[in-house]
Amino acid sequence: MKVGVVRFPGSNCDQDCVVALSQFPGMSAEILWHKEDTVAGFDAIILPGGFSYGDYLRCGVSARFSPVMGAVKDFAAAGGPVLGVCNGFQILCESGLLPGALVRNRDLRFICEHTHLRVERTDTPFTRAASSGQILRIPIAHGEGCYFADNDTLRDLREHGQVLLRYSDERGYLSQETNPNGSRDNIAGICNRERNVFGLMPHPERACDPLLGSTDGRVIFQSLLS
Amino acid sequence: MPKVIVTVMPKPSVLDPQGVATAKLMKQSGLAGVGRVRVGKSIEIEFESTPDAAKLEGVARDLLSNPVIEDFRIETLP
Amino acid sequence: MTPEVTPEIVAKHGLSPEEYARIESILGRAPNFTELGVFSVMWSEHCSYKNSRPELRKFPTEGTRVLVKAGEENAGVIDIGDGWAVAFKIESHNHPSAVEPFQGAATGVGGIIRDIFTMGARPVFSMNSLRFGDIRGEEGAANRRLFAGVVAGIAHYGNCIGIPTIGGEVYFDDSYAGNPLVNAFCLGILRHEQIARGAATGVGNPVFYVGAETGRDGLAGAAFASRDLTEESKEDRPAVQVGDPFREKLLLEACLELLASGCVAGIQDMGAAGLTCSTCETASRGGTGVEIDTEKVPKRETGMTPYEILLSESQERMLVIVKKGQEGQVKEIFEKWDLPYSEVGVVNDDGLMRVKEGGRVVVEIPARALADEAPVYVREAAPKPPPHPSDSKKLLADIPEPDAAGIHSALETLLKFPSIASKRWVWRQYDHMVRLGAAVLPGSDAAVFIVREANKILAATTDCNALYCRQDPREGARIAVAEAARNLACSGAVPLAVTDNLNFGNPYRPENFLQLREAVEGLAEACRQLGVPVTGGNVSLYNESPSGAIDPTPTVGMVGLIEDAAHITTQAFQNPGDVIFLLGSPGSEIGASHYLLAVHERKAGAPPALDFSREMAVHEALRTLIRKGMVRSAHDCSEGGLAVALAESCLAGPAPLGATISLLPDTTERTDVMLFNESQSRVIISVPEDHADKVSELLSECGIPWTRLGTVTDQPSLNIRLRKDAEYSWNTEHLQHLWNNTIEEIMEG
Repeated sequence: MKVGVVRFPGSNCDQDCVVALSQFPGMSAEILWHKEDTVAGFDAIILPGGFSYGDYLRCGVSARFSPVMGAVKDFAAAGGPVLGVCNGFQILCESGLLPGALVRNRDLRFICEHTHLRVERTDTPFTRAASSGQILRIPIAHGEGCYFADNDTLRDLREHGQVLLRYSDERGYLSQETNPNGSRDNIAGICNRERNVFGLMPHPERACDPLLGSTDGRVIFQSLLS
Repeated sequence: MPKVIVTVMPKPSVLDPQGVATAKLMKQSGLAGVGRVRVGKSIEIEFESTPDAAKLEGVARDLLSNPVIEDFRIETLP
Repeated sequence: MTPEVTPEIVAKHGLSPEEYARIESILGRAPNFTELGVFSVMWSEHCSYKNSRPELRKFPTEGTRVLVKAGEENAGVIDIGDGWAVAFKIESHNHPSAVEPFQGAATGVGGIIRDIFTMGARPVFSMNSLRFGDIRGEEGAANRRLFAGVVAGIAHYGNCIGIPTIGGEVYFDDSYAGNPLVNAFCLGILRHEQIARGAATGVGNPVFYVGAETGRDGLAGAAFASRDLTEESKEDRPAVQVGDPFREKLLLEACLELLASGCVAGIQDMGAAGLTCSTCETASRGGTGVEIDTEKVPKRETGMTPYEILLSESQERMLVIVKKGQEGQVKEIFEKWDLPYSEVGVVNDDGLMRVKEGGRVVVEIPARALADEAPVYVREAAPKPPPHPSDSKKLLADIPEPDAAGIHSALETLLKFPSIASKRWVWRQYDHMVRLGAAVLPGSDAAVFIVREANKILAATTDCNALYCRQDPREGARIAVAEAARNLACSGAVPLAVTDNLNFGNPYRPENFLQLREAVEGLAEACRQLGVPVTGGNVSLYNESPSGAIDPTPTVGMVGLIEDAAHITTQAFQNPGDVIFLLGSPGSEIGASHYLLAVHERKAGAPPALDFSREMAVHEALRTLIRKGMVRSAHDCSEGGLAVALAESCLAGPAPLGATISLLPDTTERTDVMLFNESQSRVIISVPEDHADKVSELLSECGIPWTRLGTVTDQPSLNIRLRKDAEYSWNTEHLQHLWNNTIEEIMEG
């Protein structure tokens, strides 16, 4: 499986994604420059974390003008798997591939720490290697990761099983205390209705090496591979 | 109920990366003739009674704006 | 149009009449206004180290691993084996942060990162050493604002550019009220053959300007950093630069790509003194001349004079000397990264820094005289005052020995003293995990980072106990180096080299200059003893607020190498049942301790005495045990002594563990002295129970004093028994709450 990791100017987790993916036998990862207008030859696309185009005006808004995003939209429309991590999630929301928006954290500060996530659905190409209700320990690092959607959209997400990850405690209980950024409904990651576009604020690529304290992020990439 | 709008803008000589980025985006959207863009913020305040003008100015200068890098403007709506 | 050069104008530029006479003799004529500005920034303390250079020569700078020595380039470079090297440096941005904490700190981070990639190295992590006034209570409001602003500024810049901020230190003391210290450290990785030089070589080579457009930012910031902070300097506000980390990210990627292309003859960032400094320094290092035209410089504002263009400190700019004929490839790289650039001049052989505005020459100065021949002063040092008393009995003569309740609350007071309390509130705001390297989370004795491209593990720390330095600058500086090396040893590393940031008051005051000299000599001696060279750093003088000079703060940044991932060790107890040992003697020195400071509100007494041979023997013993795989945790005893170190080891893990400790049955020391003394060269380790006897044996062979203290438990309780009549117990969940949440509660109110 060949994965394209898009490098926007200001991306800073692109190389980390390549490092993490390269550990999986059968998976290869390559950087895709934002000025490319095709993603031909790739089996999956990752929009990595960072501050694309400086994230001025609003996080993720500028990427919509990059040539590669046109190609990514076509790829997604054709059913190709697209994974957006952190800034990548913001880009997916801003470009209309996922509903909702990511706004400033509840306490207005950037937060970098490990979080616990409860896997809500395993019927997607990104979570099928996990078990339902499994708890993953994966870090977050963002200033604007509070997921917001209006009530109708939230209801829609729930009805169609699009909420894939929620912030929980280590036993899977949800509360405001386990919600690091004030996301509605403790949402940490959602997919589109077709289940081939997935955005999440936590960084699975940072939880793939035992030296870094957790390998729970592997299940996401393992799912993509299987 | 009187309403006050305080507009806070980066000083003309201060670098405004957000303004530069926004100008570029607007040009990319096809809007012709975009020149210099500055991004600031607008703060709407509703008062129960007419505020003390000197105190309001003090708060706008020292709290709502950062006098080192920002200017402000106070507008009172009827 | 330009003002005439009068004695008043000269004085306003901070130049003395003698310095002015020297300028006239260098030029063989009177300088014009623009030239005067150029000299004033290059001969400021910040650029020339004119008041500190004779002192800095005392540092050991040689070593088998040194590839680029202190002072040669923007940062020193140290060999780490297998063809890899590290470039690292610490630099202050104290005064800009006092005026505008967010942007001041942000641009400080940006500046040190540029220093590193200018060397051809890819920056891989940052740290910072911060000092503020007391943040507690109503009077602490201004200090809280500075602290919050500085932390947010560091986070803004570091997080955006994607370089993890993985450690450092934060202290609070009223000597820094109104004059915070913001010392930013960055380390980069490179292959030996990739070392880039800041020299303008090759006559006829074109000189390129790349990066952000020049505006009137921070006009004459270097001169600004070299003056006392006064009430007026708050009005004196054009000197604020705004950082653009996104631009710097592009500049970083473009420069590394450029250096890899082989098209570059020399490269230099525009930091303090901007275009002026980069042109004359590259010419001086290259033994050449450089001619530039200010009309070709990309500008953000209209109507800028050559004076303003030359002295501007706009951020995110570089000067690149390109090999003639390869301009095309260079332009292609700049365009790929959407960076403004311009060919602004050429290298020539006349040894002059020549600046034109269109056709008109506006500056013509011998580059070497400007860059390297600033006047050097040996300032007057006050006579050494008599030492402070070191006898703990005398220091405690009017303090009754606390009862059990007193001891109980003393440890709590220390753990919630802001300088000792956990800095989680700070580092939670920094992205410390990007680049997949942070093998140890911030807050342990040293930061540990895996450099994946080089397959190396580095450890790094910054240290300085300014209270020790206040009481005895020489001993305090020696201890700063020893403590840094001890922190590295606790994390499993062998020290490689040192960068230092000397933060002092106005050197024209003899008592301040004495502190500087004593501290430098102490640092130099300690580095020699430990065999670690100084590879560079920064001097920040004039750290004074209306209430007086800061406590002398010679911050030590030390980098070490960990040979094997299995050697990575943290301060947190890991396993109930593990046996706890103290390496070193129980100690009895209470002078300059945080116990006296936090509990009794006194800055009193001499700092503890440091014995280098003991210090090094403890490090060696610790490393031996770590290499044998016997150590589960290691933590040095510093502020707050043994009791605080034990508590921190209990609390540092995700869930607190407990410990049962039994100290010395036959001592006559006071209980507060036994628990809170800060005698040096001490480390607390925990080891698996089945290794305990072997560890005792090995420690005895090492010839250092040691004590088997007790065991780690799964109970939420720290129990310490000193004597039959002195037993104490603390609930570790409660202690963890105090330690973890104090700063957050102060800041979030």
